[in-house]
Amino acid sequence: MTTITSPAGRLRWTFADGLTLIGRELSRLRQEPEQIIAALLFPVIMVVLFGYVFGSAIQVPGGGDYREFLMPGLFAMVTFTSVQGVMGRMAADASLGVMDRFRSMPMARLAVPFGHTGADSVVGVPLLAAMAGTGLLVGWQPHRGLLHTVEAFLLLMLMRYALSWVGVYVGLVAKNEQMVTQLATLFLPVTMLSNAFVPTDGMPTWLRFLADWNPVSALTAASRELFGNPGMAASGHNAWPMEHPVAAVLLWSAALLVVLAPLSLRAYSRRGR
Amino acid sequence: MTDPIVVAEGLHKSFGDTHALRGLDLSVNRGTVCGVLGPNGAGKTTAIRIFATLSDPDAGHARVAGHDVVREADKVRARIGLAGQYAAVDEKLTGRSNLQMFGRLYHLSRVEARRRADELLERFGLTEAADRPVAGYSGGMRRRLDLITCLIQRPEVLFLDEPTTGLDPRSRGEIWDSVRELVGSGTTVLLTTQYLDEADQLANDIVVIDHGQVIATGTPDELKATIGEQLQVVLEDRTALGPAATVLNDLAGTDPTTSGDDQLSVALPGGRFKLADIVRELDRAGVNAADVRLRRPTLDEVFLRLTDQKEPVG
Repeated sequence: MTTITSPAGRLRWTFADGLTLIGRELSRLRQEPEQIIAALLFPVIMVVLFGYVFGSAIQVPGGGDYREFLMPGLFAMVTFTSVQGVMGRMAADASLGVMDRFRSMPMARLAVPFGHTGADSVVGVPLLAAMAGTGLLVGWQPHRGLLHTVEAFLLLMLMRYALSWVGVYVGLVAKNEQMVTQLATLFLPVTMLSNAFVPTDGMPTWLRFLADWNPVSALTAASRELFGNPGMAASGHNAWPMEHPVAAVLLWSAALLVVLAPLSLRAYSRRGR
Repeated sequence: MTDPIVVAEGLHKSFGDTHALRGLDLSVNRGTVCGVLGPNGAGKTTAIRIFATLSDPDAGHARVAGHDVVREADKVRARIGLAGQYAAVDEKLTGRSNLQMFGRLYHLSRVEARRRADELLERFGLTEAADRPVAGYSGGMRRRLDLITCLIQRPEVLFLDEPTTGLDPRSRGEIWDSVRELVGSGTTVLLTTQYLDEADQLANDIVVIDHGQVIATGTPDELKATIGEQLQVVLEDRTALGPAATVLNDLAGTDPTTSGDDQLSVALPGGRFKLADIVRELDRAGVNAADVRLRRPTLDEVFLRLTDQKEPVG
C-alpha cells in the first residue's frame, strides 16, 4: 500500500514485484504438473526423433558421432522455445485483462516484464538439465573441461534471457492469443533453417547465407565450440557468426536486450488504448 | 453538502476517427454510488479507463481522490480499485493465491497479504472455493473474486465497468449485495452498466452519456420525473376507441398510441393528473374502461427517450 516515490524505493519495489510475479508463474506450473512433464519429455522426444530417426541418414562433416553433433543444436532449440512460452503468457495476460489490472495498480512498471522473463529463466534451468541428461544417456558429452562446459551453459542461459524479451515484446504488441499461436508455428522452420540438425555446407548459397546468419546457428556453433562437439571442422565458412560464434551470441544477446527491453517497456506503459 | 472525489472537466478522447469522448464533465460525491448509463459506444469504458489511469485524455483533465490522473497516476493508483468487463484474475491460480499475489503487489507483507485474502474470501462467501483454480469457477464467482481483488488495498474509489454483464440473475444479486456492503463501509463507487434496473437498485446519482457527452444527470427519481407518467387505458368495448382517443388527446395534447384494438396509452406530464380525474373524463365521454392505469416510467423508458432525442435509432 506504499506509493512509490524515491528512485531507491522504485528499484526496491521493481525487484520485489518482479519476484512476486516470478512466484506467480511458478505457482501456475505447480497447478499444472502435466505441463512440466510435457516440457521435460520434449528433450527426450527430440533426441530420439532427430538423433535416431534423422541421424541414421546424416553424415557429420569431418567425421564424428551424429548425436554429439546434434546435442548443441537441441540445446539451441530448447533455448529458443523461450520466445513462444513468454509470448503466449504475455498475450494471455493482455487478452484476459490481467495486464489492465497490473497497470491500474501502484506497481513498478518494470515488474511485469521482469516477472515473465525471470520466471522463464528459472524454468529454463531444469529444461536444459533434462536436455543434458538425455544427451549424456545417448553418448553426448562435453570434451573441453569444466570451465568451457560452464561457459557453454551460461551462454545458453544468457541467450534464453535475451530471447524471452522477444516474447515479451511480441506478446505485448500482439495482445491476442490466436495471433501468438499462429506465430508459434514459425518456430520449427526458423530453428531448422540453421546448422542445428544438418551442416549448412550442402545448402544452396542463398539458403546457406540465411542459415549461417540465423542466431540459432550462432548459438549451436558456440555450444559445439565450447563443448568440443564435432561439426566445427567443416571449414570454408565465411559468414562471420560461424567464424566467431561465441562473440556472435554475446552480440545477439546484447542487441536483443538493448533494443527490446526499452521497446517492451514503452509498449507496456503506453497508455491511451 | 458536496465533496467531489471524482471530477472530470472537458475530457476528450479520440481513437483515429472515432471520438469516444467529446467534452465529458462529471462529478461524483464521496461515499455515493454514481451510475453511468449509455448505449454501447457512448464512451463509458473510455471514461473509466481514463479515471483508472489506463488511458490519457487528449484534452481536459480529471482528478480522482484529489490527484490528477495523468500527472499523479501513481497516487491515484494507490487509492482506486478497478473491475473491468472481464474477470482480470489469473485463471490458473486458485482464488486464494490470486488474492495473495495481488496483495503482495499492493506491497502488503506476506503475512498481511495472507490475512487480507482470508478476510475477503470469508466476507464475500468464497472460502469454500478458495483453494480451487479460478478456471473452474462459475461466471458469478469469478466476478466476485475480481471485485474483491480490488478491495485488497481498501480503495477510496471503486470503478466498476459493467460488473454484471453476462451474469445470471442470482449472481447479479450477489454482486449487488457486495457493492451495497462496500458503499456501507464508505467506498465511493462509479459504475457503468447497461442494465437500468442495476442503476436503479444501486445508484444515488445517474449520469447518462451519449456520443461522449453527458446528456442528463440526476437521481433516478428526478430522471423519471422528466418524462412524466404513462397513462394506459384498456377498453371494455372497442367501438369506444375513437371517443377514448379524443379524451386522451385533450388531456395529453398528443395523440395516444393504440396497441391491439382495445388499448391506448399516452405520456402525461408528471404529477399534473389524478387517476380519479381521468376516470371521470372518460366516463363523461361515455367510454367504459376495463382498466385505467397511471404508471411511473421505468428508467429504461427514460433512457430510451433521452438517447433517442440525441439521435434517431438506426
